[in-house]
Amino acid sequence: MINLTINSLNVSVEEGTTLLEAARFLGFHIPTLCYMDGLSPYGACRLCVVEIGEGPKAKLVSSCTYPAEMGLNVRTASSRVRRARKMILELLLASCPQSKTIQDLAAAHDVRQQRFKQEYEDCILCGLCVRMCEEQMMAKAIGFRGRGENRSIGTPFDITSDVCRQCGGCMYVCPACQLRCTYTEPEKAVCGGCANLSPPCLQKEQFDDMMCYMDPCVACEIKKD
Amino acid sequence: MKRLKSIDDFKALQGLIIADRDPSISTIVIPAGTCGQASGANDLMRITKRELLAKGLTDKIHLRITGCHGFCEMEPSVLIEPQGTFYPKVSIEDMVRIVEAIEKGEVLEDLFFVDPETGVAVEKQDDIPFFKKQVRTILARNERVDPIRIHNYIESGGYSALAGVLTNGKPKWVVEQVKSSGLRGRGGAGFSTGLKWEMLAGQSNGHGKFLVCNADEGDPGAYMDRSVLEGNPHSIIEGMIIGAYGTGATEGVVYVRNEYPLAIKHLVIALGQARGLGLLSDDILGTGFSFDIKIVRGAGAFVCGEETALIRSIEGKMGEPRQRPPFPVQKGIDGRPTAINNVETWANIPIIIGDGAQQFAKIGTKGNSGTKIFSLVGKIKNTGLVEVPMGITIGEIVYDIGGGPVDKAKIKAVQTGGPSGGCIPAQKFDLPIDYDSLIEAGSIMGSGGMIVMDENTCMVDVAKYFMNFLKDESCGKCLTCRKGTQRMYEILDDISKGQATLEHLELLEELAEVVKDTTMCGLGQTAPNPVLSTIRYFHDEYIEHIKNKRCPAGVCKELITYFINENCTGCMVCLRDCPEGAITGEKKELHVIDPSKCIKCGVCKSVCKFDAVDVN
Ligand SMILES: Cc1cc2nc3c(=O)[nH]c(=O)nc-3n(C[C@H](O)[C@H](O)[C@H](O)COP(=O)(O)O)c2cc1C
Ligand code: SF4
Ligand code: SF4
Ligand code: FES
Repeated sequence: MINLTINSLNVSVEEGTTLLEAARFLGFHIPTLCYMDGLSPYGACRLCVVEIGEGPKAKLVSSCTYPAEMGLNVRTASSRVRRARKMILELLLASCPQSKTIQDLAAAHDVRQQRFKQEYEDCILCGLCVRMCEEQMMAKAIGFRGRGENRSIGTPFDITSDVCRQCGGCMYVCPACQLRCTYTEPEKAVCGGCANLSPPCLQKEQFDDMMCYMDPCVACEIKKD
Repeated sequence: MKRLKSIDDFKALQGLIIADRDPSISTIVIPAGTCGQASGANDLMRITKRELLAKGLTDKIHLRITGCHGFCEMEPSVLIEPQGTFYPKVSIEDMVRIVEAIEKGEVLEDLFFVDPETGVAVEKQDDIPFFKKQVRTILARNERVDPIRIHNYIESGGYSALAGVLTNGKPKWVVEQVKSSGLRGRGGAGFSTGLKWEMLAGQSNGHGKFLVCNADEGDPGAYMDRSVLEGNPHSIIEGMIIGAYGTGATEGVVYVRNEYPLAIKHLVIALGQARGLGLLSDDILGTGFSFDIKIVRGAGAFVCGEETALIRSIEGKMGEPRQRPPFPVQKGIDGRPTAINNVETWANIPIIIGDGAQQFAKIGTKGNSGTKIFSLVGKIKNTGLVEVPMGITIGEIVYDIGGGPVDKAKIKAVQTGGPSGGCIPAQKFDLPIDYDSLIEAGSIMGSGGMIVMDENTCMVDVAKYFMNFLKDESCGKCLTCRKGTQRMYEILDDISKGQATLEHLELLEELAEVVKDTTMCGLGQTAPNPVLSTIRYFHDEYIEHIKNKRCPAGVCKELITYFINENCTGCMVCLRDCPEGAITGEKKELHVIDPSKCIKCGVCKSVCKFDAVDVN
């Protein structure tokens, strides 16, 4: 067992436990975006950062990927952590303002505006869909490609992968995708006009009822008979 | 090549090679690394060979083709041994004369290097200021060996350190030596190499352990690793075998970018020769100890120099860093313990083991022992590779070795540490160069890039340039690195166009701090350095851009205008060269630039012989 302190509370966890799991075990809330139970942690969104270490050696690490270490002193909501979170949320809002998930997270952290040039992207490259596809659906039909500015999610050569069963799992987990906003509860909808209805692994022609939860779809270009 | 079956066999061979040599025979040494070849060394080789053959001089004058010696500005150059005569910028005709002169035992004074400071011609390489202040433990070896001849390396004492280790050294002793030498990794972070090896040695090795030589060298403008690999591949191989003996590693990998074809070629040849002689692979020198090295070529992504991305790349996956811990020493290639060291770090190992750790630690300062190679480039007289003891000041490198500014403009700053390093202003040039002082000053050692900037360099533009590089080279995994670099670039771009406000500057700083804090790997963590260090030392320049919409260095296109002053003689040169036809004027009369047509390319300024084009 590994003993550590989180926000001054002692906790003892098994080896291999992440800081996020340990903090949640104690009931401390840490916001996450690219983490999901059942999928391996990836560390892309950086929203889950916590502060570890002392004095000049103090630093922020992503709690979803950082393993619990003996004697670690973790702060989940220090001013440095909160400053970072707010900036991350600003960056997210600046790129993907139509996502309900991001809107909610921003609101919860009192981020009401962002100061960058507004963009409207339909992916935050959190990698949830890639992991869902690989780890839960056992398909490995989609993946990352490119780096830096050119990084994107897709299939090799943009051709639907043979192993894709069109299960829709990728769309289900996507925090940026508008489908999630309405889902089965239209009253909670924040409609962004289905700006993101083009999951990389699926061809639009092949949509069927299995994949779209909205019937009829409010803004989807694909008409279903 | 006969395989050597024992350490005695090796010693006998080495004895034979050395006895065979006559050090008094004149040798023409032609540095022909990538830099040398690009500036014409291949022609010199051809001519020299032809001359020697035609005149039947092959017994009297020897020729040695080597890697880069460091003085790239003066290439193609020739060094004559044993006298040490140095001829810079040699033409084909000069080469014929040089061979003639050697035959007669003469020197050609008109071809000597002329010290631009004093105007005095200098004969010997060692007397040239560029070389004088250097301590060239590694680069001097490049002079002595032909990289594709293992006998050359053995003759200059190569593989003796390995033989010594195999004869009497216990593995622990090797690690102790490296540890007490104080050698710190030359790849950037400056982690103690001995400590890393100790950790690797301490890992259980049920499935084997790896040693990796990191020759990814992604910093734009840096090429010291390439030069060492091209010029002395056997020193890397010997270092890695010694490392394997000390740590119990079973396999070695050299990860080298595919853009280094000559380095790869030399390395392949060297590995083949080492195997052929029984210095590598199974049962090394009959001692029962086995270790082999393979080459993995990288596709040239900057981020693949990062340890964990490099490991993934070797495994055949996308080059993307992952969380550390677990560190590579615990879990590396295919989950097996792996120690990664930089090319220059490996090149230091045979020196430490051969000369002793104490001897090595005498160079440099306490806590920062040994030498470091920098690639000195930018607005400076002598560009090239310089090897200096740790702890030397920036000023000494810039003025004493580099020879100071090229033209009248004063030197303003140096940028160290590659794209994610920082700028250090001239008033801090007495700063000693070591890992800790550079971090203190807001920069990093990196792998040794050093770019000198003068008053004609705009610091906003510099930060923008590096941010442009980083936004393309970030792997893109962390939101704050991918988007953070893009947004920092966006703001810097606005500042350079005079479209930013003071709030933007504040936001830039705020963002930079968060990017530094919240990213996973070294790339993101150091990416804000160019921004933060220029804001810290050159705040005025930012303010000038923002408040007065002025670029003091005259670089940012949107903020400058070109105009012609009274010095104009009406020679019409600029008029003819302007690609936009924006310049009008009659012969012998003052010319005028039409600002609405001018695209600010600066051609007129660069072609005017009368200093008549000004930038405002
Ligand atoms: C973005 C990034 C790029 C790097 N590039 C290189 C490189 O090109 N060559 C290198 O030797 N080390 C590079 N490093 C440092 C390596 O991660 C590692 O620290 C080093 O190879 C360890 O060797 P050393 O201890 O001998 O320095 C890079 C690090 C980062 C974060
Ligand atoms: S498509 Fe959605 S789930 Fe997939 S990486 Fe982008 S934002 Fe994440
Ligand atoms: S910091 Fe940048 S380069 Fe490093 S893992 Fe994150 S996104 Fe990739
Ligand atoms: S939840 Fe940990 S980085 Fe995204």
